[in-house]
Amino acid sequence: MTNSIDEFEDASVFMVIGSNTTSNHPLISSRIINAVRQRGAKLILCDPRCIDLAPLSSIHIRHKIGSDVALINGFMNIILNKNLEDKTFIEERTENFEKMAEVVEKYTPDYVSGITGVEPELLVKAAELYASTKRSMIVYAMGITQHIAGTDNVKSCANLAMLTGNIGTPSSGVNPLRGQNNVQGACDMGGLPNVYSGYQPAADLFVRNKFEKLWGVDKLPEKKGLTVIEMGHEIEKGNIKALYIMGENPFISDPDAKHMHRALKKLELLIVQDIFPTPTSEFAHVILPAACFAERDGTYTNTERRVQLSHQALPPLKGTLPDWKIICEISKRAGFPMDYNDPSEIMDEINITTPSYAGITYERLEQGWGIPWPCPSKEHPGTKFLHKDKFTRGRGLFHVIEYIPPAELPDAEYPFTLTTGRIRPHFHTGTMTRRTAILDREAPSPFLDINPEDAKSLRVRTGDKIIVESRRGSLKLSVNVTSDVPKGVVFSTFHFKEKNINELTLCAVDPVAGIPEYKNCAVSIRRS
Amino acid sequence: MAEKLVVCPYCGCGCSFYLVTKNGRATGIIPSNNHPVSRGALCVKGWNSSEIINHPDRLDTPMVRDHGIIRPALWEEALDMAANGLLSIKNKYGGDAIGFFASAKVSNEENYIFAKMARAAFNTNNVDHCARL
Repeated sequence: MTNSIDEFEDASVFMVIGSNTTSNHPLISSRIINAVRQRGAKLILCDPRCIDLAPLSSIHIRHKIGSDVALINGFMNIILNKNLEDKTFIEERTENFEKMAEVVEKYTPDYVSGITGVEPELLVKAAELYASTKRSMIVYAMGITQHIAGTDNVKSCANLAMLTGNIGTPSSGVNPLRGQNNVQGACDMGGLPNVYSGYQPAADLFVRNKFEKLWGVDKLPEKKGLTVIEMGHEIEKGNIKALYIMGENPFISDPDAKHMHRALKKLELLIVQDIFPTPTSEFAHVILPAACFAERDGTYTNTERRVQLSHQALPPLKGTLPDWKIICEISKRAGFPMDYNDPSEIMDEINITTPSYAGITYERLEQGWGIPWPCPSKEHPGTKFLHKDKFTRGRGLFHVIEYIPPAELPDAEYPFTLTTGRIRPHFHTGTMTRRTAILDREAPSPFLDINPEDAKSLRVRTGDKIIVESRRGSLKLSVNVTSDVPKGVVFSTFHFKEKNINELTLCAVDPVAGIPEYKNCAVSIRRS
Repeated sequence: MAEKLVVCPYCGCGCSFYLVTKNGRATGIIPSNNHPVSRGALCVKGWNSSEIINHPDRLDTPMVRDHGIIRPALWEEALDMAANGLLSIKNKYGGDAIGFFASAKVSNEENYIFAKMARAAFNTNNVDHCARL
């Protein structure tokens, strides 16, 4: 997030796009709910589905899945035509405005209405409302990123925020809600193929030389690394022979599960380190039982970049080891000893190697409620919101972005659009929540949401079994008839290993970020 | 009885709570009134997050595959098999024949040394995690 969770308290307008906040970020959604109910803040909800935030919204835009770029370009067209842009901000803080404005010119309300299916008047109302204040916060999640245009969608949000001067100030900004307790930290720590910790580029010789010295190695790899999805393809091709998985369950979470099944079976060596057996660990050659979150000290970085210390409350379960000890043991055996007595010593090293974490020490974290990075020194208080007087790159760059349709549009053979996500009681592949009695009782079995009109033409009722089929696989699921999904769209979740919805999803990815298009694939439905 | 401040294992909000333990088991959860994100509240997943700690399904023995059959092993044997297996693949095909999946569920420190091991010990940038999933 460019801004912090506390700043929700003073926002005047929220534009929530592609985030089912009440299900997936409940404590953040409570800030939005309170702001709307108690202070009269306005909510623009952009979501094809009628999610729980919908009744609170001033404007609910149910645009077609995958039409986000057209929608936001449409907002910017309206803002420019009504002279609602922030001319001073554009002049002083940004560049490339003219080129962006040129492209946006054709995204008139009528043109955008044709792509998104949203009434032109509603587009105008939403654009006017967003631009009406300097306290407009854009809040997004996987609903806009899990598309082949995911990067374009995020850049479009940044364009919109810069156009109206809604960034670099309190209670504004572009705020991604991250879905796992340490997904921000895993990225920050260089758990990505292209960067070392603190987003220091792996392709940069200077960076590699720095880490070669700090880590005492002769030569760090030059070749570009692969993403999770790319690694899956390379395993199938026979180029990757071994996989070491720490605390992940790709057989359920990755798209096109049949492909993943072939890939995992093909591996010469699969090491799985986890706290529970998973469908992925069934393929493993070595299973390493790890201590869980409450059984070790360690820091986690939340969606607002706040680094917090989590304390060991219990000794590791008998027979398990904390992940950091297992990693050190493997590395030592591989001829690269890493000697740390406890996690705080690893943080000492992170302070030295990672400029944005330089001032974040266990000593400081013990005293307060965490520190948001960047925190370049031990005296620095941390950074509440980003891009205050200038952007990281200097001037904010307007990106020129055109709408592209999703990879797999519905057709005569596969006439429905399947979109996937999480539901409130469950989390990701369900390895933890489905082992929690209260949560599993709330949602014990998989289902497929379908619009009443579609249900009528298929002659199915809630509870009936249907076969849902894509070009990659088919599943038998129970139907849940609900107008929460628009006509032509069906929704399901990836929480249930016994009915893995990712057998249907496709591997098409965003060319920049490598994120799969989970939010859109074409399916057919027939009565079982 | 002891209480320790723990970061919730679920979403990215970053709520924390006091985990109550007694005789080596988690017995309850107390929200923190002063925590800047959770402010005395928790969602249904956070409230129930202690149940997984003592769950009977927890993996508690290293396992290795022996002639196609997975069987319990001692830590030494499992660690040797993992490390030697990785090393022999590195020596035969190069480090880029290995993939490393870091985790959005473990700590910063653990992710840092996991990525460090991939790059420094096995000489590959093939390290990623479920950030996109």
